[in-house]
Amino acid sequence: MTATSLAPVVEGRGIVQDYAVPGSLFARAGKVRALNGIDFAVDKGKTLAIVGESGSGKSTLARIIALIDAPSGGELRIDDHPVDIARKRPGPALRSKVQMVFQNPYGSLNPRQKIGNVLMEPLVINTDMPASERRDRAEAMIKKVGLQPEHFNRYPHMFSGGQRQRIAIARALMLNPSLLVLDEPVSALDLSVQAQVLNLLADLQDEFDLTYVFVSHDLSVVRYIADEVMVISKGEAVEQGSREALFADPQHPYTRALFAATPVTDVAAIRARVERRKAARAG
Amino acid sequence: MALLNIKNLTVKFATATGSFTAVDGIDVHVDRGEVLAIVGESGSGKSVSMLAVMGLLPDTATITADEMTYDGRDISDLSATERRHLIGREITMIFQEPVASLNPSFTVGFQIEEVLRLNLGLSRHEARTRALDLFRAVGIPDPETKIDAYPHQMSGGQCQRVMIAIAIASNPRLLIADEPTTALDVTIQKQILDLLMKLQEDFGMALILITHDMGVVAETADRVVVQYQGKKMEEADVLSLFEAPQSPYTRALLSALPEHATGDRLPTVSDFFSQEVAR
Repeated sequence: MTATSLAPVVEGRGIVQDYAVPGSLFARAGKVRALNGIDFAVDKGKTLAIVGESGSGKSTLARIIALIDAPSGGELRIDDHPVDIARKRPGPALRSKVQMVFQNPYGSLNPRQKIGNVLMEPLVINTDMPASERRDRAEAMIKKVGLQPEHFNRYPHMFSGGQRQRIAIARALMLNPSLLVLDEPVSALDLSVQAQVLNLLADLQDEFDLTYVFVSHDLSVVRYIADEVMVISKGEAVEQGSREALFADPQHPYTRALFAATPVTDVAAIRARVERRKAARAG
Repeated sequence: MALLNIKNLTVKFATATGSFTAVDGIDVHVDRGEVLAIVGESGSGKSVSMLAVMGLLPDTATITADEMTYDGRDISDLSATERRHLIGREITMIFQEPVASLNPSFTVGFQIEEVLRLNLGLSRHEARTRALDLFRAVGIPDPETKIDAYPHQMSGGQCQRVMIAIAIASNPRLLIADEPTTALDVTIQKQILDLLMKLQEDFGMALILITHDMGVVAETADRVVVQYQGKKMEEADVLSLFEAPQSPYTRALLSALPEHATGDRLPTVSDFFSQEVAR
């Protein structure tokens, strides 16, 4: 192994993001600090889960890692090279390395675009591959994510939420990325469909040695998929560590609050609740 | 005696490709002060059966039932006026998307006062006072200011609290909550569920909770109905359902919970059905 292969696929050092709040008749212009000095590193083939509630800054961080937004401060390194998209627009090579899957599979696909074209478009933009090869690649990817070849010429409205999320994942994988940023990819899905998509993500990670940054507010999903976990609250990383350590012994009060809010489905807890209720009714 | 009693409910939709049966012979009953959870995936007909009770289905739907009674009264054949007296007063409903359920052009105060004036005949002044009381009851911070806010100025959790305040404004005896927390974060979900349970106990309301989330069921329900493709798969009290699920579909749903993952893979419902068939 060479030194470069040991370096993290993606690394952030003191990432800061400020959003400008425009002034109005009654308020002066100001800024909101959405992220305040976030450090992280993800090794090849591993999954970093970013956990927090809405407004915590987890999606802001995901957008920075996916090279959509430039951070206002700090350094983002991909494959051990500093990346600053504010100074230099990323070219096809860098774009191919990092891809993103969004939360809402209903909003992230163009309703007028056939699935085949959805999948071939990244190749048209970022490579000079001939049309026939693009088509072969797209057809292979459709099969890879568990859809049928005849889906190639269909439109997004003909698919269920779970199938659309498979299409969004397929699109993200067309350029053979090494890093996939997944922003709440299963939150909009039913329980059993969620299980299928999580299984698919696990299979693809093994097959292509993919690195995931997985944004979620659902701790039960995080426990299943993550290697490392970072808990964000109000733009600060309040707790960071391996999945085992974090789930065995959460340190920060905010992490504990998240755990306390997650519904428990074990029989002892249900029995306790049912008995509490019975007692309350009798008394 | 059951508060709401429905026997053999079938709902069919006329579509371009022929008739589609969304609900196929479902029995539902809920007692006074009871929390019933109806569980199923999207397309299982769990919302449709309750929308049929509320009379909110479009004209393309054909509703048939052997019995459909509320508090001993037949509600299958009510006139529009009679239905309005029942729905919105005795039986109320809250929906999944709190932000979409509120009218963006009016303040939340106007929307709750409208209900109080039309349904309870309160004056403007009385309605304002009662609205403030309700906002306090559902835990909206700083109600005097928030009552003049528009829906877009509030968070999703706060909008859902407003919806709940509107739903309990007329002291209903039955509240139907259709996926009330699905659009919300876990911490907010916990707060809203705790609020619903507290109101349910304080007012002795019956609560029908429609959800696909087994975690929500575990935290709230007394009794559970599991539905799949318009049919009832299982009905049990909450403890027996989680302790010893009888139907293969329920077992599949429970094993698809990420926290129940034993190996590297999550069992899915289709895996489960193929196993059952192979046996």
